[in-house]
Amino acid sequence: MSPPRRLTIAVLRHNPRQPGSLPRWQRYEVEEADGMTLFIALNEIREKQDPTLQFDFVCRAGICGSCAMLIDGKPALACRTLTRMLGDEVRLAPLPFFELIGDLSVDTGKWMRGMSERVQGWLQAQGAEPDLHRIEAAMDPDLADRIYELDRCIECGCCVAGCGTARMREDFVGAVGMNRIARFRLDPRDSRSDADWYDIVGNDDGVFGCMSLLACQDLCPKQLPLATQIAYLRRSMARQGWA
Amino acid sequence: MKVVQTEVLVIGGGLAGLRLAVAVQRRGHEAIVLSLVPAKRSHSKAAQGGMQASLGNVIKGQGDNEDVHFEDTVRGSDWGADQQVVRMFVHTAPQAVRELAAWGVPWSRVRAGDREVVINGQRTTITERTEAHGLIAQRDFGGTKKWRTCHVSDGTGHAMLQAVADQAIAGGIPVHERTEALALIHDGRRCHGAVVRNLVDGSLTAYLAKATAIATGGAGRLYRVTTNAVICEGIGHALALETGVAALGNMEAVQFHPTGIFPAGILVTEGCRGDGGLLKDASGHRFMPDYEPEKKELASRDVVSRRMEQHIRAGKGVKSRFGDHLWLDITLLGEKHIRTNLREVYEICQSFLGTDPVKDPIAVRPAQHYTMGGVRTDAHGHSTGLVGLFAAGEAACWDLHGFNRLGGNSVAETVVAGRIVGEAIADFCADPAQDASVPMGLVREFMQREAANLQAMAGSGREDASALRVRMQEIMTEKVGIFRTGGELRAAVDELQSLLVRSRRIGLRSADLGANPELVTAYRVQKMLKLALTIAYGALTRTESRGAHYREDFPRRDDAAWLKRTLARWPRAGDTLPELGYEALDVSAMELPPGWRGYGAKDYIDHPDTPARAAAVAALREQLAGADRFAVQRSLMPWEHLLPAALRGRNERIDERLPTP
Repeated sequence: MSPPRRLTIAVLRHNPRQPGSLPRWQRYEVEEADGMTLFIALNEIREKQDPTLQFDFVCRAGICGSCAMLIDGKPALACRTLTRMLGDEVRLAPLPFFELIGDLSVDTGKWMRGMSERVQGWLQAQGAEPDLHRIEAAMDPDLADRIYELDRCIECGCCVAGCGTARMREDFVGAVGMNRIARFRLDPRDSRSDADWYDIVGNDDGVFGCMSLLACQDLCPKQLPLATQIAYLRRSMARQGWA
Repeated sequence: MKVVQTEVLVIGGGLAGLRLAVAVQRRGHEAIVLSLVPAKRSHSKAAQGGMQASLGNVIKGQGDNEDVHFEDTVRGSDWGADQQVVRMFVHTAPQAVRELAAWGVPWSRVRAGDREVVINGQRTTITERTEAHGLIAQRDFGGTKKWRTCHVSDGTGHAMLQAVADQAIAGGIPVHERTEALALIHDGRRCHGAVVRNLVDGSLTAYLAKATAIATGGAGRLYRVTTNAVICEGIGHALALETGVAALGNMEAVQFHPTGIFPAGILVTEGCRGDGGLLKDASGHRFMPDYEPEKKELASRDVVSRRMEQHIRAGKGVKSRFGDHLWLDITLLGEKHIRTNLREVYEICQSFLGTDPVKDPIAVRPAQHYTMGGVRTDAHGHSTGLVGLFAAGEAACWDLHGFNRLGGNSVAETVVAGRIVGEAIADFCADPAQDASVPMGLVREFMQREAANLQAMAGSGREDASALRVRMQEIMTEKVGIFRTGGELRAAVDELQSLLVRSRRIGLRSADLGANPELVTAYRVQKMLKLALTIAYGALTRTESRGAHYREDFPRRDDAAWLKRTLARWPRAGDTLPELGYEALDVSAMELPPGWRGYGAKDYIDHPDTPARAAAVAALREQLAGADRFAVQRSLMPWEHLLPAALRGRNERIDERLPTP
């Protein structure tokens, strides 16, 4: 067996709360291990070399969306990036667009909640709440599966970080926001009509701001069908605006 | 001194905390949720396979009801559970599933007609009823008599958390993200809130509240190999313990999940086995039927995990450079099933193992998974030691799970307990007799104490926080794991005590009191060591085997001596061990007196009251033969009075229709 690789991990560091801190690249060296992910590598660096290095991991299993960062320039989830897929030198930088907390840690949570509030990303049912003692309303099984397909979004922020429009429009809801709307539009339990949706995303911060560059779809770690959903939504909203 | 006032302070933004906050808010009370991370990133998300609720929609769930769910849960707990709490839970679970459906959870639904499934390694065709078409579907899980696990593909926790977090957003409930409670503010009798640290800038704030609820999930990170997220460090448990008056119940009851991916410990769902997946050894032999002819791969988790480790000890494991493991084989389920019903499993195998579960078996070995023990509360989630302190979900011990939790009962518990405890908190807040003025001197004292502790760590100590933590995790995995012995537990307790002493002399490499990951590790490891000691010492003292607590030197369940709940308190901060007390379970009030679980070991020592109670139950059942099941149940063990009025009343099923209104 060949000896393990020495990996160089260069991290773009900056702590905006520390007076005098300026963004800089800092290089760390680690010995690659079998099955090593960036989660393992970064934790090893923090435990053994630099206890001040900031980054976010929660589930370390690719389901919570905490650890999105720029890996060699591309937004991706660090926890499920195996180092063996990378070169001898890796460059890690915080996700752009979101407020920087420090080093590789950004505040996606605040932005996502704000987005949710703006697109009213929760189910708005019609009528009174159902009697929960009684059998639930039936739903077409295929439809339930299709809703889940869109519900799988983990709000990691990769789509927004890779988005051309988001660079220009601070209030753009992003693919994550439009996917959320597509999800509730599909759901017969939600009472909102296209007229309601038009009020929310029928504008340049919504679906008409999208330039169809589609990096969102390329970068989505959950492989959500974002391009199709945005296209459908835009067509419906255009029809709505015309009417 | 920064102060935030609220009526209800909820510590923890996972399913239990959020559901509780929604319940409180809907009753007109103000709540603030504290969360280490954005709420939707909480560990509740990791629940894959599903949530138990006896809807009985699928044909293999026909005949399921609260009674069957009750018995499965009590047997699963190895009779450690509080049976009234189990009744409250199994009754409310169907309503909770239906409520989540109304909130938008895209539950997988029943398709009427024939479908091919794998049962006991065989492809079989079953036929779903026309009247069930489109209703919420259930899958099989371990330790259950019926197919009862409602699911959203294998992303159940994710979908549930989306829906509940969305309800919190819709209700405008503030979630203070990236904040961490360091201590509960209390006077030894009454809880007034918490000292809270902002993880971004390091500032401390006193959050003052009439009611404080702990919903911080589990403590898996006390172990080296765990399925738990990195934030599951048991800090909420420790907050209660450090009050000296609130007790933790049954901390030695720690669940190991049979199928953690080897060696990373990432979970693959019990749904793999529920849907027909098999466990195999190095020679490709399916070994579980040799040990557990009744339930095979689908015995309860404690039993399956033990059998797997036993098989590895017998030399039948697969050798690898990281140690031995076994195989989980789901290839027989076919590509379509795996890529639709087990798609997270598919993704995890692809991303972390670089293997394709459609073609290759998955390397697995049991990993720490669930903390049955928690803040000891009454049936309404109210701490038995501190007024105004509540707990719900994995952090609580009200006590639904006893010594072993059934798969699918934990996500169900989060939303059920969130609702029930939320109602109790609303009652508490509405009660003028519970009004209390907050002594500001006390608040200042707690704030100063916490600030001084942080300052001290940035000072002259020499101990390395990370190293202490790593050693603790090794001890817990090696000596306080699936198989336990008095000698190893003694050694674990001794060494953990010395680590705790050393943790009082931690020195940081960076003295920054702001965003400093090492500082976080430092103050958490002090708390985690107390918790580790509570587990290890409780395990050392409990000289029997029950559920997930297995003593090789005391292999039998001993109801005569040990049918009781461990209560641990830590009254003196400078001590290195908790004080243990015990709370006996009352056999004469049990609906289901202790017996054989239906899987696992058959020999146990009876409680002296068991034969009399078993005879009384049998006599009552005979006397009421012909009466409906509700009347029989009521006569055996009343519980409905404990439930909020809105939740009482029968649950409808296809085979148990309610009269049309």
